[in-house]
Amino acid sequence: MRKAIEKNAKLLAIFAIACTALVAFVDFLTRDTIAQQQQQNLIKSLAQVVNSNAHSNNMSEACVLLNDESIGETAQKAYLGFYNEQPSAIAMTITAPDGYNGNITLLIGMNIDGMVTGIRTLSHQETPGLGDKIEQRKSDWVLSFDGKSLEGENDPQWAVKKDGGSFDQFTGATITPRAIVNASKRAIIYFKSHKNDIFTSQNKCQES
Amino acid sequence: MNIPQEYKELTWQGLWKNNPGLVQLLGLCPLLAVTSTVVNALGLGLATLFVLMCSNATVSLIQKWVPKEIRIPIFVLIIAAFVTCVQLLMNAFAFSLYESLGIFLPLIVTNCAIIGRAEAYASKNPVKQASFDGFMMGMGFLFVLLALGAVREVLGQGTLFDGADLLLGQWASNLRIEIFALDNQFLLAILPPGAFIAMGFLIAAKNVIDTKIAEKQPKVQDEHIERVRVNFDS
Repeated sequence: MRKAIEKNAKLLAIFAIACTALVAFVDFLTRDTIAQQQQQNLIKSLAQVVNSNAHSNNMSEACVLLNDESIGETAQKAYLGFYNEQPSAIAMTITAPDGYNGNITLLIGMNIDGMVTGIRTLSHQETPGLGDKIEQRKSDWVLSFDGKSLEGENDPQWAVKKDGGSFDQFTGATITPRAIVNASKRAIIYFKSHKNDIFTSQNKCQES
Repeated sequence: MNIPQEYKELTWQGLWKNNPGLVQLLGLCPLLAVTSTVVNALGLGLATLFVLMCSNATVSLIQKWVPKEIRIPIFVLIIAAFVTCVQLLMNAFAFSLYESLGIFLPLIVTNCAIIGRAEAYASKNPVKQASFDGFMMGMGFLFVLLALGAVREVLGQGTLFDGADLLLGQWASNLRIEIFALDNQFLLAILPPGAFIAMGFLIAAKNVIDTKIAEKQPKVQDEHIERVRVNFDS
């Protein structure tokens, strides 16, 4: 009996080691490519929200962590753009906690004055066919933010049309666009009031 | 060409008679969740096919050394290892597809079709047949995924092969076919309930065809031993 258990335990251990070795080997082979893919993906998304003429540094390498309730429960990443050493643009991830179905994470790009240069949806679980028009490949809706500025904290324009603002809602889905409009508003207010702290922040993103 | 009877039987079993999607109804979770487009279906189908073949071959190779008391944990280990490898490879070489398949890629581990085949067939048969069985079962699963994906994509978005470039590279964006333009997407077809309904029709169609075939065949009493297949749901 004991012998059988010992033998089985040994066998299990051998298989566990062999399987782990296989996974480790594949991980070793693909690790660099994966990191490269993620980096490329990041650069691509950043280029979509911040015009490449607006900064002269490599924004994907100037990353700081921001902690503030208004832009998301967890720490958010901000990529800083400098033009000739002068702060010129920012792209930051924000979380809208009040989507129709859970969190929506966004990437928002702004110039130094807080004018929006682009918003993209990074991830969401909104209803397909209704709320997912916030993806650029489904609809041009996110482009309606381009070039918009927030005039004062109570700007009535910065809301969906149903609430008296200037952004379209979707037929059958108001909650999703409203969540994004509100989240971007909070992000702009946050950026405008913390600009100096953000660009001098030492809270660098961890290299993962 | 002289194909041994066994392989013919395996092909027939995997693709039709014992199809993991339509007959065994295994792995329904990914089947229903990712088949909103043909491309997603193809991606997941190929990944499952690959894992199924590898795990069947490995399980068959090691059947001599595995005592039956600990066979299940070992099968799970092997399957999990292959799935993780597929996941890493896809992350490296098909990044956008990896993102769109999301959680369902690692969930291949829990696809009962895979451990079911390992237990019911691969652990009792030689490597060649086991790999072939894995291939055919995987193909059966892939075809069901593709059929569902095609039906749902046409009904839901009016397109076919939307986003093929995610899987096959830039040239494939030409493959996209717009069948008809929809002002509003047909929501039911895209949501999981639509998948259930479409699946129901697929199964019904298969049963109708089976009955037709059975009616046409003259009743001959032939001696033939039923092979009992043990499949279990996890």
